[in-house]
Amino acid sequence: MGGMADVHALGDRARPVTLAGERTLPVLPPLEALVPGGGGLRRGSVVVVAGQGATSMAMAVLAGASRAGSWTVAVGVPTLGLAAAAELGLDLERLVLVAPPPANQWSTVVAALVDAFELVLTRPTTRVRPGDARRLEARVRERGGVLCHLPGPGSGLARDRAWPSAPDLCLTVTTTEWRGVEPGPVGAGRLRSRRVVVEVTGRREASRPRTAELWLPSPDGTVTLARPARATSTAAPPVEQAG
Amino acid sequence: MLVAWCPDWSVVAAGKALDEPVLVLHANRVVALSPAARGEGAVVGLRRREAQARCPDAEVLAHEPARDARAFEPVVAALDALCPRVEVVHPGTCALATRGPSRYHGGDQPLAERVGEVLGDALGGRADVLVGVADSAFAAGCAARRAGPGTPVVVDPGTSAAFLAPWPVGVLDELEGLGGSPVGTVDRLTDVLVRLGLRTLGDVAGLAAADVLARFGPDGDLVHRLARGLDARPLATRAPAPDLAVTTELDPPVERVDTAAFVAVSLADELHRRLGERGLACTRVAIAVETEHGEQLERCWRHEGTLGPAAVAERVRWQLDGWLTAPAGRAAGPAGGRPTAGLSRLTLTPLEVVPARGRQLGFWGGEALLDERAARALARVAGLLGTEAVTVPEWRGGRGPAEQLALVPAGAVELTAARPAACAGWVAEPWPGRLPAPSPAVVHPDPPAVDLVDADGAPVGVTGRGAITAPPARVAVGDVAPRPVVAWAGPWAADERWWDPAAQRRRARVQVVDASGAAHLLALEGGRWWLEATYD
Repeated sequence: MGGMADVHALGDRARPVTLAGERTLPVLPPLEALVPGGGGLRRGSVVVVAGQGATSMAMAVLAGASRAGSWTVAVGVPTLGLAAAAELGLDLERLVLVAPPPANQWSTVVAALVDAFELVLTRPTTRVRPGDARRLEARVRERGGVLCHLPGPGSGLARDRAWPSAPDLCLTVTTTEWRGVEPGPVGAGRLRSRRVVVEVTGRREASRPRTAELWLPSPDGTVTLARPARATSTAAPPVEQAG
Repeated sequence: MLVAWCPDWSVVAAGKALDEPVLVLHANRVVALSPAARGEGAVVGLRRREAQARCPDAEVLAHEPARDARAFEPVVAALDALCPRVEVVHPGTCALATRGPSRYHGGDQPLAERVGEVLGDALGGRADVLVGVADSAFAAGCAARRAGPGTPVVVDPGTSAAFLAPWPVGVLDELEGLGGSPVGTVDRLTDVLVRLGLRTLGDVAGLAAADVLARFGPDGDLVHRLARGLDARPLATRAPAPDLAVTTELDPPVERVDTAAFVAVSLADELHRRLGERGLACTRVAIAVETEHGEQLERCWRHEGTLGPAAVAERVRWQLDGWLTAPAGRAAGPAGGRPTAGLSRLTLTPLEVVPARGRQLGFWGGEALLDERAARALARVAGLLGTEAVTVPEWRGGRGPAEQLALVPAGAVELTAARPAACAGWVAEPWPGRLPAPSPAVVHPDPPAVDLVDADGAPVGVTGRGAITAPPARVAVGDVAPRPVVAWAGPWAADERWWDPAAQRRRARVQVVDASGAAHLLALEGGRWWLEATYD
């Protein structure tokens, strides 16, 4: 066993120091306070985005890394609004779309893509089997990408059921409010901005639920923070620590 | 070298007569056109809008290299009877070394005439064949451009430089496949040369080779060699080692092009890897197949800008397409024809290799390139789901949410190169009446019908003058119970392509926000409301 100890000691000396920032993928600055762990998406994590406005939220979450040079692949999201993706900051030059695979090939296809792409956005047509989910989680962890999961359309899956095991990070849009359309009988104005309340839960650092209010998008088209993230519990800690 | 050139091949391959105006477009630009369209003022490189303005009655076709190659295969096969080793430069142009065949047919002139006749027969008058003979492939290409149907131009040995001297340097761009350089570099260089006052190839050839190399690097050297009537690079006298060839057994035998093309991708990768290990790049490749019945088919492809794995795989796909869709009835053999059984073996042999100069990726912006692992993953997924299932977005002009971007099969674009069509700002023209930002995050490719009713439960309509008949009160999307409309905006009328009865669309759009906070974009068309998009 002495030999093994020597090897470990040597490994400690020779292994390059990995900073926490290198184990994360960047997110847009307004979302930094939302995600735990050094202001970026932790590599190798599964993110579930749910609620009304989930599609925009998911695109905003991936936009930072896409802008920084990661390739994105969207599997089984034929309805993805590409103009909206570009407006929210996804780089279309590094975006590939894959048509919805048949249910029996879903996990094979997603696994092949997780192997090669840093950002994978999926929307399964049926429930994800626990075994598939476990294998995909392991694959994602090994490859260091991020799998962003949108619960199926109209599947009525509750947020905690969308992914069979607890996801590393779960962003749920609980309230949305559109601005710009004026109420009344004349139909004046147009949709300009949306204020959303996002609840963040997850595992490890993210296990304390927090909420934040975002403009998604703000009237000038960008994603901005309307009210900083804070712990959902009653005794709110100072904002700086929460971030 | 002898070069035979069919002008406007893309138009001919599409089965169009050359006297009808036809435009072939790729990425919104004209890449080929018929003489009739040219007569009306359209030129290659024009944007779609301008080209259609110049010849409004022209038929517009999409650029499809596979179609061009498929149509060219029987033409090249006809030439196989005349001499072996015909090389396809690109669909519409083929080259052959003249030394042996000329001696057999009694000189360059009779050979050129014979080639013209054979190709003319094969084409059956659908297109002209122009034949040129000169010392280098590039000079022969220029000679072919000077030739007329039935009157080949033969440049005497040793006089190619004098023949080329009066040509403008712009011809280097036009004959890129014969010149031999990565697309785009020569383009920039010819620009510089013209600005320096070197307007003809003679001016360029007059410079000292060492000076050109020192000032312009390898690309300049290449242009200089071409201008002097030499081949793009010194003749390779040594045949590549036979172990560079890659081969794969297809079991079960393959009869479909897409299945074979899928195998070809991995085979091309393997070839590229083997060459890469030796620091080589391939400029000519032979594609050979063997069928279950023992038939053997082979065809050479030449592309001097060194063939990358994607380029090789593409040529294999074109070639297989050409063979497998060839007219039946002719026996398959070395001279072509349609195989009578499935393909059981596919071999790629590099015929000419050059030291790889390597490609220096940009220090910045290099991250836009798809890495090899991702390309393999996409190839795998395309194999599982079909090539149409993997797509990449490209900007197109348009007003509605679904029209602003189009999805292009990933196999049809070079993902390893920069794609300006995917960058914002590609569509420079304004689109008045375009749906303003923020754009909907969910766009329904197949819009479901919705019910939009007013407070009395009567359907809401839009008058011919673009006014709404009653404020919408409830909206029912799909099977969900109707929800009250809390806010709405519109209607915005859009009457598009009113000049074309087949493509005309008359719509009125409204934005509605329902009681759950969801915002939708609804369109009224043909008396029904459709859920065009959701602001999810």
